[in-house]
Amino acid sequence: MRRKIGILAIQGAFAEHASMLSALNVEVIEIRQKSHLENIELDGIILPGGESTVMGKLLRELDMFYPLKKLIEDGLPVLGTCAGLILLAKEVINDNECHLATMDISIKRNAYGRQLGSFQVNHEFKYLGEIPMTFIRAPYINSISNEGEILAIVDNNIVAARQNNMLVTSFHPELTTDLSVHKYFLDMI
Amino acid sequence: MNNRYELNKNLAQMLKGGVIMDVTTPEQARIAQKAGACAVMALERIPADIRTAGGVSRMSDPKMIKSIQEAVTIPVMAKVRIGHFTEAQILEAIEIDYVDESEVLSPADDTFHIDKTQFQVPFVCGAKDLGEALRRISEGASMIRTKGEPGTGDVVQAVRHMRMINQQMRKLQNLREDELFQAAKDLQVSYDLVKYVHQNGKLPVVNFAAGGIATPADAALMMQLGAEGVFVGSGIFKSGDPERRAQAIVKAVTNFNDAKLLAELSEDLGEAMVGINEQEIEVLMALRGE
Repeated sequence: MRRKIGILAIQGAFAEHASMLSALNVEVIEIRQKSHLENIELDGIILPGGESTVMGKLLRELDMFYPLKKLIEDGLPVLGTCAGLILLAKEVINDNECHLATMDISIKRNAYGRQLGSFQVNHEFKYLGEIPMTFIRAPYINSISNEGEILAIVDNNIVAARQNNMLVTSFHPELTTDLSVHKYFLDMI
Repeated sequence: MNNRYELNKNLAQMLKGGVIMDVTTPEQARIAQKAGACAVMALERIPADIRTAGGVSRMSDPKMIKSIQEAVTIPVMAKVRIGHFTEAQILEAIEIDYVDESEVLSPADDTFHIDKTQFQVPFVCGAKDLGEALRRISEGASMIRTKGEPGTGDVVQAVRHMRMINQQMRKLQNLREDELFQAAKDLQVSYDLVKYVHQNGKLPVVNFAAGGIATPADAALMMQLGAEGVFVGSGIFKSGDPERRAQAIVKAVTNFNDAKLLAELSEDLGEAMVGINEQEIEVLMALRGE
């Protein structure tokens, strides 16, 4: 059976993730409301790029926050890119507010400054080799617990990591044509 | 184009499905962020007040823009006059996240728009039709919005412009390949851009709705018509209960197809901004800069 992956579609670049998944022959479910989380058996979920303040707020107000947190705590494979990484972090060092807080990472928001600090590089990703990485007003991971595995380091900052069912990148694999991060995520299922 | 242009288009992609709100003070910026804005537009006077005040309207004081940059973590945009590349240089110097070359301000040049390819920071520009949208893109805009008619609270022109752009794109899609050369001439745009639209059925950059959006229903209407997000200018801070209205518009954009939720969101919002019909206004901002 084709795998079903949900994409949180309340704000941001969710369509880009959907086209990556379609290219990998995966069924995509857009998650906009609580009922979408409850009524469909998902094999995994993607938290896309966008604005984490907006997504964090809408998750709470649309009553999706606790159902989603529980699914992830119960082991649902999740890929968080950029804002998605922020949503999963237990600590945000330059912000008081945390969101789902399921992953033992401490992160810095807007770590490269404003839009003029956005950049693209080709860089090594553990197991995947060199891949294109696009950073847009990106965060990075400041520290990670022993349970986590570091997957990519750019300029001495951790930009990709995994902890059990959770995979996060501070860059946007969905903005390139390289499918390897999405394939890696599907292999986690 | 270069890598910087790609990165700038990418930032607009991150704003999709979101609401960009006009704010005039750090306090308003904080309210907007708290209400769920995906970015704020920093300006001294919102369009409705620019209409009332009359006279020449210019780029805002950089100090005021910086105070808003310090107040929020979401991207901060600001407006420059059409063709005023020095105002744009100033905004680039203070590291603005997006420059809006905007018809809301008085145009500084009645022929030429800014050559946006000369800048590192991204630009968003307004358009009433496909020709305008593609001309702005060839000048280097990395995001497009409908012009609508700012400061009126009347959505009719944003609707007209969004429908026009989408109709013209559908027409291009249906043309034969050998008809695209003439289409490029008619639209006064490059053949390459016409071919892109013919093949993809969409603009090569993100397209938002702007100008006259005042209610959650207006915002959802624009999304159903194909907008990828909305700008709300005067509609929020000219209304009775800005915070509540801002929150409702944010949720309406996320679930624009859910009429039941839209009904709930439209309840008890207090007074909407007092609108002006297009027949009643003296200055048609949408006609500035074609």
